[in-house]
Amino acid sequence: MVSFILKRIVQSALVLLITGAIAFSMFSFVGDPIDNMLGQERTMEDVERLRAQLGLDQPVPVQYVKFLKEAAHGNFGVSYRQGREVSEIIMERAPATLELAAVSALLAVVFGISLGVFTAIRRHGFTANLIMSASLIGVSLPTFLIGILLIYLFSVELGWLPSFGRGEVVQIGNWSTGFLTESGRKALILPAITLGLYQMTLIMRLVRSEMLEVLRQDYIRFARARGLSDRVINFRHALKNTMVPVITIIGLQLGAIIAFAIITETVFQWPGLGLLFINAIQFVDIPVMAAYLMMISVMFVVINLVVDILYAMIDPRLRVSAK
Amino acid sequence: MTEPVLSIRDLTVEIPTRQGLFKPVRNVTYDIRPGEIRGVVGESGAGKSMTGNAVIGLLDAPAKVASGEIWLKGRRIDNLNAEEKRAIRGKEIGMIFQDPLTSLNPLFTIGEQLVETIQLHLKVSASEARDRALALLERVSIPDPVTRFNQYPHQFSGGMRQRVVIALALCSEPSVIVADEPTTALDVSIQAQVLDLIKELASETQVGVILVTHDMGVIADTTEQVTVMYAGQVVESGSTDQVLSAPTHAYTKSLIAAVPRPQVKLHRFPQVSYGNRETTFKIEDLARNWEQTAPSKSGKLLQVQGVTKKFIEKPAILPSRRRYFTAVDNVSFDIKDGEVFGLVGESGSGKSTVARMIGTLLPTDGGAIQFDGDDITTMEPKALAEYRKQIQMIFQDPFSSLNPRMKVESIVAEPLIHHKLLPPDQISARVRELLDRVGLTREAAAKYPHEFSGGQRQRISIARALATQPRFLICDEPTSALDVSIQAQILNILKDLQEHLGLTMLFISHDLPVVRQMCDRVGVMKQGKLVELQETEALFANPQQEYTAELLDLMPRLAQLSG
Repeated sequence: MVSFILKRIVQSALVLLITGAIAFSMFSFVGDPIDNMLGQERTMEDVERLRAQLGLDQPVPVQYVKFLKEAAHGNFGVSYRQGREVSEIIMERAPATLELAAVSALLAVVFGISLGVFTAIRRHGFTANLIMSASLIGVSLPTFLIGILLIYLFSVELGWLPSFGRGEVVQIGNWSTGFLTESGRKALILPAITLGLYQMTLIMRLVRSEMLEVLRQDYIRFARARGLSDRVINFRHALKNTMVPVITIIGLQLGAIIAFAIITETVFQWPGLGLLFINAIQFVDIPVMAAYLMMISVMFVVINLVVDILYAMIDPRLRVSAK
Repeated sequence: MTEPVLSIRDLTVEIPTRQGLFKPVRNVTYDIRPGEIRGVVGESGAGKSMTGNAVIGLLDAPAKVASGEIWLKGRRIDNLNAEEKRAIRGKEIGMIFQDPLTSLNPLFTIGEQLVETIQLHLKVSASEARDRALALLERVSIPDPVTRFNQYPHQFSGGMRQRVVIALALCSEPSVIVADEPTTALDVSIQAQVLDLIKELASETQVGVILVTHDMGVIADTTEQVTVMYAGQVVESGSTDQVLSAPTHAYTKSLIAAVPRPQVKLHRFPQVSYGNRETTFKIEDLARNWEQTAPSKSGKLLQVQGVTKKFIEKPAILPSRRRYFTAVDNVSFDIKDGEVFGLVGESGSGKSTVARMIGTLLPTDGGAIQFDGDDITTMEPKALAEYRKQIQMIFQDPFSSLNPRMKVESIVAEPLIHHKLLPPDQISARVRELLDRVGLTREAAAKYPHEFSGGQRQRISIARALATQPRFLICDEPTSALDVSIQAQILNILKDLQEHLGLTMLFISHDLPVVRQMCDRVGVMKQGKLVELQETEALFANPQQEYTAELLDLMPRLAQLSG
């Protein structure tokens, strides 16, 4: 097990290095940050001086190595636009995105799995077929459209829920939470549904097809022949076997929820990392973009490592070689 | 005579289909007395498993019991509701399935699965259930039950798993056990042990056993009463001795005649002639178009010299810390031109690994394999492609060796296209010709593999293997997934190929009677080593090694039959 985890960590480090390199080589196409930073009345000398000061006159690989060195010490530089420490800005924005992602993920996993199991067991039932057809909408509609439709219905027409922002937040140490106020909780509902809907339908359809596959297996027949009740067979024997492949996808999807919160955050003007990133791109704020991308890669890599370990915990066949 | 514990009376099962009502089981009647083992024999599709499923209340919808009665200890059980039937399953009637590798849930320990079943049926505390589970494991002769209790199914061998399955079937002292092909997936030696265990349990606990099988040898060895089924109906029923020695129905007679005899060598496998289903196989047509290749330089087409294969058992980053398992250990043999060379041994003895190395599906870890004088282990890719054209493989499982998403036409055409043997416009005609010659209709080309039975699929595999006009055919257990009647047809096709086309063959099997009929010389493998190599007749008449003698002893024999 230890050698397995070590191997994974080495692989993860490589993945991070490569993602960083790709990100850095792309920054040179985003535009010149200097254009935005200095006003109309700039001189060539000003431009050159600032360029040298920021290290932008050096070739991209050199910039990348420098960035890595600093990042290793926890220093991600200063935002070109806001003139503040990048790590400080990210820390300030992270709670919003993480809370939104956590609620969406919870919605997606809980409803995805239970609806998946339901539609698999009642394969021929009317409700199950209705859910399956409805789920097609979830997979095929783009996120922003769902967001806009929800806003139109619940904010504009019914006026039940706010259409933008986080509502009131409460500060606990460095963490600002929206869970503790009513307006904060209300503000969370629409973005969380928008962000989680796609993942939910995906998980549901996956659980359903896996479960149908598992229910065809001999050991399920044998469990029936042993006289076990349907409840025990479905929820103990079949569900655990269903979860083995499903966990991988759920892991990847959780990463995706955080990474692709950008669209939802834009639609709902949610003050999180996604919005920060979009603004950073508009302003060619390289330190913010670099830090954000690295953070997302780290998150993906960590989630995958956890998934692999979970895998071994659920499936004893994978444990043998590790023992 | 004691009262029967289970009576089946005039049972008919119906499945509504688009073509009308299909009756896979018609008016079946038989009894099981306590402690009695009743064999139910017949080919696949005869309705023997369907009857067993009806007894245990596990018919898959839309199949249902249409008429007839099933009585268990004086209580009628066929008309109970789903919940009442579930209460009988496992408690009154236990079940043993064919494949022990798939009948246990891989994610739960043996102990968890046993305790769960015991607590369900007996309403005892967790610790009592555990004690009982341990006693059951002990009872089915699992060594070291305390350790085994906490292990997962994959840590058990096939035979051990089948013992666990039997323990599960015995959890609440049922009065009847339905054993559906319980040893078909097992080796001869393991099969003998499992059958002995079932016999022992029947006489000791007075449980009645329905033993469903297609293997006449198993029937002769194990059962007291036998029921022969054909096309959903019972054709003959009676004491095993009587039915086997003096069969009255024509089907029973031809079924018994089709069993490969271990005692004598016959020229062809007798086929189950009943029902007029013998399909023709136009070998002469095939031979006419077959390009004869020059004989090999040395007269020995294939020479295997000291071949070794190791698998990593315990992976580690440092090579010195890795542990290896030697699957094939320094094996050497030659196969002459036009010879059928048999390789026998228990599962895990390395015989399939040898076949895969010859087929270049696995790299070797030492030794040489010479095909017509050239070492294939050091061949350049171009020469290797030429070699692969000259050898073809036929695999054991006709269900997984054909791609279910490809039409038969594309399957058989694939080697032709890959090796660029024919211009594209001639391929289709050639494929139909090949299918025709292995006894399938030309219309078969447009169908998908799932539309065919096991025997027909194996014919497709043969057609695919013949497409490149190979010189050498590797058959890895080609008939062990098939019924006796189908087995005879396939083996006869292979024999004809060998005789008329002069094909050289490596024939791998654990079925010794079949090997005796098919092979010119036989090698016996044990734990990766080749322990004996002899002419077939000499080996069967006079085995030199103790291990070979043991294997020969374990063959279920039809002693009562005059063969």
